[in-house]
Amino acid sequence: MIKSTENIIEVKDLVKKFGDFVANDHLTFEVKKGEIFGFLGANGAGKTTAIKILSGLSYPTSGEVNVAGYDVYKEREKVKKNIGYMSQKFSLYEDLTVKENIRFYGGIYGLSNKYIKEKTESLLDRLKMRDIQNSLISSLPLGWKQKIAFSVAIFHSPKIVFLDEPTGGVDPITRRDFWEMIYEASHEGITVFVTTHYMDEAEYCGRVSIMDRGSIEGLGTPVELKGQFNAQNMDEVFLKIAR
Amino acid sequence: MSNAQGHIVSVKGLKKTYDSVEAVKGIDFSVSKDELFGLIGPDGAGKTTIFRILTTLMFPTEGSANIMDLNVVSDYKKIRNHLGYMPQRFSLYQDLTVEENLEFFARIFGTTIEENYSLIKDIYVQIEPFKTRKAGKLSGGMKQKLALSCALIHSPEILILDEPTTGVDAVSRKEFWEMLIRLKEKGITILVSTPYMDEANLCGRVALIQNGEIMSIDTPQKIIENFGRKLWAIKSDNIYQLIQDLKTDNRIHTVFPFGEYLHITVKPGYDDLKGLAPELNRMGHSGVKIQEIEANIEDCFMELMQ
Repeated sequence: MIKSTENIIEVKDLVKKFGDFVANDHLTFEVKKGEIFGFLGANGAGKTTAIKILSGLSYPTSGEVNVAGYDVYKEREKVKKNIGYMSQKFSLYEDLTVKENIRFYGGIYGLSNKYIKEKTESLLDRLKMRDIQNSLISSLPLGWKQKIAFSVAIFHSPKIVFLDEPTGGVDPITRRDFWEMIYEASHEGITVFVTTHYMDEAEYCGRVSIMDRGSIEGLGTPVELKGQFNAQNMDEVFLKIAR
Repeated sequence: MSNAQGHIVSVKGLKKTYDSVEAVKGIDFSVSKDELFGLIGPDGAGKTTIFRILTTLMFPTEGSANIMDLNVVSDYKKIRNHLGYMPQRFSLYQDLTVEENLEFFARIFGTTIEENYSLIKDIYVQIEPFKTRKAGKLSGGMKQKLALSCALIHSPEILILDEPTTGVDAVSRKEFWEMLIRLKEKGITILVSTPYMDEANLCGRVALIQNGEIMSIDTPQKIIENFGRKLWAIKSDNIYQLIQDLKTDNRIHTVFPFGEYLHITVKPGYDDLKGLAPELNRMGHSGVKIQEIEANIEDCFMELMQ
């Protein structure tokens, strides 16, 4: 992993309210370039709200938020161009083929036909999926879909990729293949911002933040957090914070 | 009401085919009264199909399944009175209130909330303050508690739960398992499925299932004892490079990331890994740590998948 000092995400006193409800209560954190940053929290802790703001889909109520060098109030479209997003729930079009999905996403991000063509070829080789390039996504096993979805999310070489519970329900070997792809992306300088309910996956992250009821209650490397909360593993850290 | 072997659930040669897909490929297992039995496996393993057959919502293609000596095909109506079922997707009526949902399920089974209140009390008191709220407006954890209350309201002997903790945070998962263990102590036989390998340890016995087949079936402890290989945890400051280096090392059998460490197994004849740390240091790694460890259920699952 690249050890960088350059901040790719800077969040200062981020507040997001829905009526009287404070979904994000003065969040402050930074993410470094190339870092694998785990964004954890109980259901309803405010993670999705924060991710929507970071990815330019929703405005903060107050606070400073800078993503990939752009201000989320004024430069939302630039933010969107410089990030990738993948979630377990939605990522690929089931009734399009593997190749059509890649082509579609490449087009959305405004990449040239020539570039899409060349990169698609190298991607299919890398994924060892040349044989299934014309198969419908709906015909593929879940684990393959997720690998393709991740590759598509970083196809336009974004500075940051947001992964929202990317590995739910996948078999343990595929889950590990998936994490190796994450390590590789990070190695190439892409910042990975990931949420997960698998606490062992929190330990794959360089640093982790843990949210509870709108606030960040823990922030550090897994080793630091385990020390700070006097816990054997991240599961215990999480339980101590969120219970 | 169990058979001669004391089994309350017995499944023999069970197969289910959807068009050309064999979702369940001829499996056998049985569950004794008062057991907490887990079906552990990823999406697409066949867990939901098995549960849908046991709950008489679907017929098997081949083979048989009996619940309390009643056949899931010929005695399906009788079986339903003995079973509580919590399907994977939220199964309640979103536009009815908490109390209305519970009343609805009680009435379907010809009973009342009062009659079996003691069974659900521990769980229901946590959501009772919200009893006039529509089910659709509940948080994930509360929905789960309501669904469990509804599955229990007719006091079933057997409770079948399909991935009750999927997508649920670690705190709610822990609370949910505590509820299950208390129900088991009340004499309810529980069959539960989960993709979270660590939850296997909370079951009395588990079946590890993949691609419609049971790979192993035993107590979690026995499954771990049967791992049959030495296992090491290893890390260095550059974990990505370490994965690449170990994968190209021809002594190494498997390399899997596991939290901050990698778990590795070796090929026959290379059981002594004393030389590995100095070698990795020479290759430019720093902060190398290596130690032999005991396998966990996930290690076992992956070994069986190979």
